[in-house]
Amino acid sequence: MTEAMLGGGSDPILPTPPSSPPRARRSAAGSSSTWSLIDRLGLAFAWSLGLLFCAITAAIVIFLAVQGIRFLRPYMLWTNPKVSDTQAGSGGFLDPMLGTFIVSAIAILIAGPVGVGVAVWLSEYARPAGLARAVESTIEMLAGAPTVALALFGVLLFEAPVLGFLSTTSHGVVYGYSFFAAGAILSLVALPYVVSSVREGLQAIPNHVREASYAVGKTKIATIRRVLLPAARPSVITGNMLGIGHVIGDTAIILLLLGDTQTFQGVGHVPLLGILRGTGSTLTSYIFDNAPTGALNQPNKAYAAAFVLLLIVLGLNVIVDVFGRRSKELRWS
Amino acid sequence: MDEDALELPQQGLGQDQRAELGLGALVCLVVAVLVAMLAFIVKEAWPSFAHNGLSWFGPGGNADTQIQRIFTSGDLDQKAQFMIRAWPLIWSTILTTAGAVVISFVCSLFVAVFMVEFAPAPLKLVLEPVVRLLASVPSVIYGLLGVLVLVPFIGNHLITQGEKASVTPVISLSGYSLLAAVVILTVMISPIMIAIFAEGLRSVPRGWLEGSLALGVNRWRTFWRIAVVTARPAMIAGTVLATARALGESVMLSMISGSVAFAPNPADGLIFFYEPSRGLAPTILHNTEELTSPPMKHTLFAFAAVLLFSALALSLFGWAAKQPMKRYFNVGGAAA
Repeated sequence: MTEAMLGGGSDPILPTPPSSPPRARRSAAGSSSTWSLIDRLGLAFAWSLGLLFCAITAAIVIFLAVQGIRFLRPYMLWTNPKVSDTQAGSGGFLDPMLGTFIVSAIAILIAGPVGVGVAVWLSEYARPAGLARAVESTIEMLAGAPTVALALFGVLLFEAPVLGFLSTTSHGVVYGYSFFAAGAILSLVALPYVVSSVREGLQAIPNHVREASYAVGKTKIATIRRVLLPAARPSVITGNMLGIGHVIGDTAIILLLLGDTQTFQGVGHVPLLGILRGTGSTLTSYIFDNAPTGALNQPNKAYAAAFVLLLIVLGLNVIVDVFGRRSKELRWS
Repeated sequence: MDEDALELPQQGLGQDQRAELGLGALVCLVVAVLVAMLAFIVKEAWPSFAHNGLSWFGPGGNADTQIQRIFTSGDLDQKAQFMIRAWPLIWSTILTTAGAVVISFVCSLFVAVFMVEFAPAPLKLVLEPVVRLLASVPSVIYGLLGVLVLVPFIGNHLITQGEKASVTPVISLSGYSLLAAVVILTVMISPIMIAIFAEGLRSVPRGWLEGSLALGVNRWRTFWRIAVVTARPAMIAGTVLATARALGESVMLSMISGSVAFAPNPADGLIFFYEPSRGLAPTILHNTEELTSPPMKHTLFAFAAVLLFSALALSLFGWAAKQPMKRYFNVGGAAA
């Protein structure tokens, strides 16, 4: 039966009815022998590109893992970068690693709540329609905006004297480099991911769930807080993790707004606040500086840091995977 | 969600309205931030455009020397210089972006089709996380791999001594090249395209495909004629997003595309691919320490403004291109 259904368009003789219904998806092998040459070439091309794609990924991961294991030493995880002539003496990357965590914490503390709010508004209110359009295109533009442009906007914004308390000030000149500045601008990078993920999650909840909640006397906002957001929690987590993933990977904003000092250079005497107002670096800027094109040029350190960064990104990916699957498992009947 | 038809309980309206107003204010704030960003960047960029007029975008002279002159003119007590002819930088951005987008569009389309329809189940299980992983590898890691692996390879093995000698007075061919930039950029933006394309292809109703199969069209043709055509809005969404990413890519390109403001010339034949260049975004990153000089600051903001408005125009174009298809079939609307 498959002959007539797949390839035998020119065959005028009708086949005998199939004894069993045809399967919707067959394996790719086996059925392509009746295709024309072009189609078979196309399929072969698709196969080779698919395999090439896997091979490139495997090559990147394996290469980084090999280099990482070659050059990563445990001491690097708890020592700070030091100025040194040799790669052996230049310390580890404790502060850049902590910087990565601080920056993503600040960014997601801003982008998380704001993103959930925007997503709730877009999914549940969206009135007036003009504003909803404007918000949608804003989010879309933020997703497409070059991060260097965002970073330059940050430079402009945090140099304003009003915001001087967030960064270093000397003699009335505001420098505008700080963890606050970098985190705030990076939250703009994370925002679109949070919004689109949470919105998708909310829209997947069928309307009768809302109606049931109204029917027992809950107000709309109570419905959102007690019913919809808890139900969409996997999407909220996925969105935040995706956002963090992009924040961790960003370099341009860090280079422009974090001052790019190898270790934390705190400001003032309040312990934590001082660090947040001061300058520092993250793993990405550490790699950038240690690449052959950077200021420090220590490829071994760059490989080690890149391996650590890749592991963090991999971990985030696993979390996204787990919660993504969980949100798909939620069934509304 | 259309909630107007629902009867809301009366007693809670006050609190409800407050919540709606609060969320509305938050949303307005987000829009205001974007508008403020556009306004401030244009305002800062204006002096550079005003002094150069339309020839800002044109060729003429060495952009690197012009940038250097702009920078030094801010230091001393001399008149601020704004003369810049940014064509080499713009040309480099166009070349790397267009090259990467065209290659990765073709590849991504095939990979997405393969992944959604033709891959055997185990491979399908591998491909999806692979795409997601590749999409989330930070650009600085791509840059590092490029600079430590691909650039030396191109410099030592692909470019011959004769080719190097032939252009020595003008530029040096060391592997920092258009080719390296396009290759790495392609690997960077393909996963974005593949993910969005695949999402669009998956949401094509199964019945449409089976209708075509039942008419005796083979699976390959069916998938290309029905699914790929139906998923066009997702293709546009993915391409727009990937192009925007390629346009704004600064870190990776500043590491591997070479750092001279040279406009690669297609008339040079094969050497064209080995020529170094530097786009707008890497130029901003390259000169961030010179933001202290006011004319330099205006010039860098002008670069950023060009990039930002290209990205905006791109998303506007994507929106406009999707409009005629929307009433036909809304595949990939969520991906946009």
